[in-house]
Amino acid sequence: MPPLAQQTVDTVERLRDERKKYDFFTDIESDKAPKGLNEDIIRFISAKKQEPEWLLEWRMRAYQRWLKMSEPDWARVAHPPIDYQDLYYYAAPKSNADRPKSLDEVDPELLRTYEKLGIPLAEQEILAGVAVDAVFDSVSVATTFKEKLREVGVIFSSFSEAVQEHPELVRRYLGSVVPYSDNFFATLNSAVFTDGSFVYIPEGVRCPMELSTYFRINEANTGQFERTLIIAEKDSYVSYLEGCTAPQRDENQLHAAVVELVALENAEIKYSTVQNWYPGDAEGKGGIYNFVTKRGDCRGDRSKISWTQVETGSAITWKYPSCILRGDDSVGEFYSIAIANNRQQIDSGTKMLHLGKNTSSRVISKGISAGRSSNCYRGLVSIHPKAESARNFTQCDSLLIGDATSAHTTPYIESKNPSALLEHEATTSRVSEEQLFYCRQRGIGEEEAVALIVNGFCREVLQKLPMEFAVEAQQLVGISLEGSIG
Amino acid sequence: MNAAPLLQIENLHAEIDGKAILRGVDLAIERGQVHAIMGPNGSGKSTLAYILAGKDGYDITSGRILFKGEDLADMDVETRARAGLFLGFQYPVAIEGIATISFLKEAVNARRAASGKDKLDAVEFLKQVRSLASQLSFDESMLKRYINLGFSGGEKKRAEILQMLLLEPVLAVLDETDSGLDVDALKTVATGIESLRSPERAMLLITHYQRLLQHVRPDRVHIMAKGSILRSGGPELAQKVEDGGYAEFQQAAQA
Ligand SMILES: Nc1ncnc2c1ncn2[C@@H]1O[C@H](COP(=O)(O)OP(=O)(O)OP(=O)(O)O)[C@@H](O)[C@H]1O
Ligand SMILES: [Mg+2]
Repeated sequence: MPPLAQQTVDTVERLRDERKKYDFFTDIESDKAPKGLNEDIIRFISAKKQEPEWLLEWRMRAYQRWLKMSEPDWARVAHPPIDYQDLYYYAAPKSNADRPKSLDEVDPELLRTYEKLGIPLAEQEILAGVAVDAVFDSVSVATTFKEKLREVGVIFSSFSEAVQEHPELVRRYLGSVVPYSDNFFATLNSAVFTDGSFVYIPEGVRCPMELSTYFRINEANTGQFERTLIIAEKDSYVSYLEGCTAPQRDENQLHAAVVELVALENAEIKYSTVQNWYPGDAEGKGGIYNFVTKRGDCRGDRSKISWTQVETGSAITWKYPSCILRGDDSVGEFYSIAIANNRQQIDSGTKMLHLGKNTSSRVISKGISAGRSSNCYRGLVSIHPKAESARNFTQCDSLLIGDATSAHTTPYIESKNPSALLEHEATTSRVSEEQLFYCRQRGIGEEEAVALIVNGFCREVLQKLPMEFAVEAQQLVGISLEGSIG
Repeated sequence: MNAAPLLQIENLHAEIDGKAILRGVDLAIERGQVHAIMGPNGSGKSTLAYILAGKDGYDITSGRILFKGEDLADMDVETRARAGLFLGFQYPVAIEGIATISFLKEAVNARRAASGKDKLDAVEFLKQVRSLASQLSFDESMLKRYINLGFSGGEKKRAEILQMLLLEPVLAVLDETDSGLDVDALKTVATGIESLRSPERAMLLITHYQRLLQHVRPDRVHIMAKGSILRSGGPELAQKVEDGGYAEFQQAAQA
């Protein structure tokens, strides 16, 4: 039998076997798993995805581990207890029939925001979830992009697709940066993740375009437990864009994503995020809990990983994109804008773990706090004994709007090598009345003036974003602070 | 056109934190006129300028201000600005991260948006700014620097005048725009101010020195002390101040 046919037969048989194991829940055709988390649900997800046995086992190990863990309590965030048995862990992507047929059927309020952000029509359709067959333009754009990528050997697909098409790569790298036992939320993700993105850049290839999740947003509903894995082989380069400036709503309140990056010798990964999940109403009700684990491994010498993030959404953000600087002369960067308005809570920062010689890291964090929000920078710079001549520069700036908000900076520094050169700067300032008055005297409205001043404050980080993101991100900074004055 | 002045200040009293600063200011400025206010330090000149622009923190305890016949009390800061009221600041504030050119663009477009116009074409805008900058000997490299950040005293004043020329206000209130300028800069700035003079516009120059007024001849000069205008007259008043200070006016007021 040809291998492909054999595979199909195997899968069908396995599915039949699996099916027997569901004691209470037998319908593999079902679009939605019932509420709650147990081994059956995990088997169901794995079966739905037609995963190989090793992956199911990996999920199961994570699940067993998770059962013994408890939620972290050290972050400066507060929320009512989450009942993990009261959540759905699998729902099939919405079918075309359930989607709006055109933008005419989409909430006009949402469209107005898209317009303010300057998002092109074709992308608006994708973002608003308009039925796939209606979105001709963007689909064909995506197809051309895919061809271009195939030419140079870049793999860019959904995670599920990668599990089918490139199981050896997934098996080799999955969990190699964020092990399934890493932390409560990453472990939960490892047990129940439903989809995400996979990127592989072959040796010596400079990825010819910015990879953006826009282009495959239709192909998979990534859901609340998203998993991303990016591998950059020796001498390669990739710039990856995640998220979008448009406000995103989701029925699921809890989001626990995992992102793993691997940069081999002399490779560079630039990972940019714009996060604008629904923050909840002015009282913070109904917003997304965003508990994310992002980590990059500079595994090869002279490799480089840069994280750039613009965090404006979510009711709670718990997120510390980090770099393991393992290779000698490797470089880690973290550029962050975190905006908290109304009742939003942010506890975010980075970890720079210096293991190799001559490793260097740079951290620029711009925290903006308005309303009755709470915004905490939490960062760790750790220099291991063998990390000869490591360097770090950290700058944390907080900008306050109004007087009911709170901002905190919590830097941790562990240096086990005396040759390390570490610099830390921190400032706290307010949007001054004088600046606002000056802008308004020139005819700039109050909200625009706030947006302008805040954009100035964030300049250094905004400049790190890829061009096509930067303009939208600037608009977003303004929009997310609407209503923060007066 | 009716005979109502462009700006009419009537018996204006204002306080800060219960402390009286303006104690009955009366002033009328017609279109086409240039007025100057002189007065000792702390007499309330900047306060008057701020109140005209609508800055927070002042209690108007009596009197009123009419601009184009409308009561300014009903207009917020940006509305006044968009109606054509410009304030050249005595101490312009810096905004980190905002290039001067971006700030100018933002200001011009905000005003255009308010009157229902499209954004200015980027190329056209740049051309206009460049030509004004060269007219004011404002180095082009300054346009890329963050607005007012680290600008020298003279550079800040030139930047204010540049903004004024770009925004073409109906009423420009210039608070000590001549202070801290060297002789050449003063001439350049004065020429800039003079170039905006027209039958449609009016200006209020707040100054300590007669120098500026030799370049920009005022129609009226007012002497302000302790929150009110003691005397008004022609340009010769400025010469009097230059020669003999304010003692004479204050004694006359007490007598
Ligand atoms: N925020 C404030 N709180 C208290 N007093 C103030 C405040 N602002 C101004 N004043 C006082 O009001 C008076 C007038 O100040 P203003 O700045 O208007 O004077 P000026 O005529 O512009 O002086 P100068 O020639 O020095 O610029 C001064 O006594 C000043 O101390
Ligand atoms: Mg003054």
